[in-house]
Amino acid sequence: MGGLIERLFGGHKPSSSSVAKERLQLVLVHDRSNLTPEQVAAMKDEILEVIARYVEFDRDAVSIDLKSSERENYLLAEIPIRSSSVRRRPSSSPAS
Amino acid sequence: MAARVITITSGKGGVGKTTTTANLGVALASLGKKVACIDADIGLRNLDVVMGLENRIVYDIVDVVEGRAKLRQAMIKDKRLKEDLYLLPAAQTRDKTAISPSDMLRLAEELKPLVDYIIIDSPAGIERGFRNAIAPADEVVIVTNPEVSSVRDADRIIGLIEAEQKGPGKLIVNRVKPEMVKRGDMLSPDDIIDILAIKLIGLVPEDERILVSSNQGSPAALNPEESKAGKAFRNIARRLMGEEVPFMQLDDDETFLQRLLKALGIRTEPSANHSSGAKKTEPA
Repeated sequence: MGGLIERLFGGHKPSSSSVAKERLQLVLVHDRSNLTPEQVAAMKDEILEVIARYVEFDRDAVSIDLKSSERENYLLAEIPIRSSSVRRRPSSSPAS
Repeated sequence: MAARVITITSGKGGVGKTTTTANLGVALASLGKKVACIDADIGLRNLDVVMGLENRIVYDIVDVVEGRAKLRQAMIKDKRLKEDLYLLPAAQTRDKTAISPSDMLRLAEELKPLVDYIIIDSPAGIERGFRNAIAPADEVVIVTNPEVSSVRDADRIIGLIEAEQKGPGKLIVNRVKPEMVKRGDMLSPDDIIDILAIKLIGLVPEDERILVSSNQGSPAALNPEESKAGKAFRNIARRLMGEEVPFMQLDDDETFLQRLLKALGIRTEPSANHSSGAKKTEPA
């Protein structure tokens, strides 16, 4: 029955073409930057290491991604910084 | 008269470069332009059979480059058209290193005063043959299919032609199956343009007439009223000439009623859907 309703409203699992589009967008980001996924992961770790020397942040809330738009590559980083006076979870601080 | 040089390339093999070259050559000539098609796939000569001119080859491109024949002696005229359409065939017994990018530049310069358009069929790959094919290009047309590996290779090619200052290039999406796009099982032309971020110049539907026409050595664009693909190539030729020929959007929205009937297991008339979807790929 759930399947019927989903099909009626077009909300079923992602189509194979949207899977193809997503996979292509991901692989092309790496093709265009000439970086392997391992290199990107290593770069992220090193960036965070440097940032951790100066500010505190929650590693789980960090996003650093290569993005392509109109054939230009970007490294987009979003790193929510904790206020140094409010240390909600000091034990998990990467700087400590 | 100084011809515009258009190179047809793709990276991946088998996506329809040679078919596109033959059909654009025929279509541009039918529209009153003088055209020369060059097969740059040395060692894997194919444009001659697709154009149906294989029995008339005396000299080839390497003979011209190495001075054994004059350019005009090697050019084969397609006698089916009253307009001027020529083929400069590839050599079959040599390889890509038999000519260099500078040979191609010299050849194109010699040919330019004689025609309006020079269409170069590039070999697959990104090596010497590809470099030869794009060296004299004023414009590069990239052919892709709605399928992950050819789109990925097209992206690589776009990067390479930009690096060679030949960019940004224009895109032909070949072998579109509107009913698969409609079902969500094929990348749509819009998806591909989103991914590759270059200008679309043509949509060509999958069409059995293409195989029939290559069997016969008679490109589909010779009789554009007989096939959708032939018509699509004719439209691309007009766009290359600077005309505004509108694309029609693929209709990929099912109506609520169609979804309701399908979900209840009631089949609607598929033939009506398919033909309307296919027709919408390219305007008449």
